[in-house]
Amino acid sequence: MSQDLFELAGKTFSSRLIIGTGKYRSFDEMQAAHTASGAEMVTVAVNRVPLDREVESFLDYLSPQMQILPNTAGCYDAEHAIRTARLAREALETDWIKLEVIGDKITLLPDNEQTLAAAKVLVKEGFIVLPYFSDDLIMAKKLLDVGCPCVMPLAAPIGSGLGIQNPANLKIMREQLTNAIIIVDAGVGVPSDAAMALELGADAILMNTAIAEAGNSEQMAAAMNYAVKAGRLAYLSGRMPKRLYASASSPIEGAIK
Amino acid sequence: MRVFINGETKEIADEMNLIELLVRFSLPRERVAVELNKRVVRRKDWETIRVKDSDQIEIVHFVGGG
Repeated sequence: MSQDLFELAGKTFSSRLIIGTGKYRSFDEMQAAHTASGAEMVTVAVNRVPLDREVESFLDYLSPQMQILPNTAGCYDAEHAIRTARLAREALETDWIKLEVIGDKITLLPDNEQTLAAAKVLVKEGFIVLPYFSDDLIMAKKLLDVGCPCVMPLAAPIGSGLGIQNPANLKIMREQLTNAIIIVDAGVGVPSDAAMALELGADAILMNTAIAEAGNSEQMAAAMNYAVKAGRLAYLSGRMPKRLYASASSPIEGAIK
Repeated sequence: MRVFINGETKEIADEMNLIELLVRFSLPRERVAVELNKRVVRRKDWETIRVKDSDQIEIVHFVGGG
């Protein structure tokens, strides 16, 4: 089997798993999970520096080999997301940004309209915009049209662990956007969810809580690593057709009577 | 004079530049970014830009996230 690389915006990754850095019980646990996951890109959040106490440098706990992908989590409109992206670029000297504009505090579902508005501005400013959005084909087309190098449809609400709620939407997106890079982002709970995303043709998957909140994060990260590889290999292999009725695997003729 | 840093009201000395402001609050200077009245200030300009009364300043760093 030839090596199956994942290319995005001029960078090449051997892993199709992108993981987060939030919610871990300790930095040591996060490091162990990162290593076990095989991921080569991690997300980080931009946040106000506390003025009343010293803070440990969180970034020191990330492997220097990791591509750092800052996000605009916590932003509820395009203006705040744009400002956050600009701050992230200045601090980290990276043009990469995971664009996340939330529309509602309870569901954390994305505000697609504001996401598109922010994407337009950021792409013009030279950002490499990876947009998190609802699993909607038409919005995916619009985000690609304004210059996003990929689209990141959700599987389910952030941190819900519900798994892929609408596999048909992902399949339609894959079939209609044959050349687009699709990264499923948010809502994964278990490795079978990750495998399913890749089986459906997603190019990669981004997750945080499914690993960070697992009883053993390191083991779950390893399981996700296997699942993503298995799902991708299955997609490339081409699945058998589904049938309503049985199709015997052993010869019917020649069985003793 | 009075300024607003990360949503908090703070009394600081007049004529401080942004580096002096970071030092005043014992904040790191690496891998942080500073926004002054909603505009990012490039690191190279931290020394020359002076904070004025009622300025709104955001100083950010990175934390765990997904």
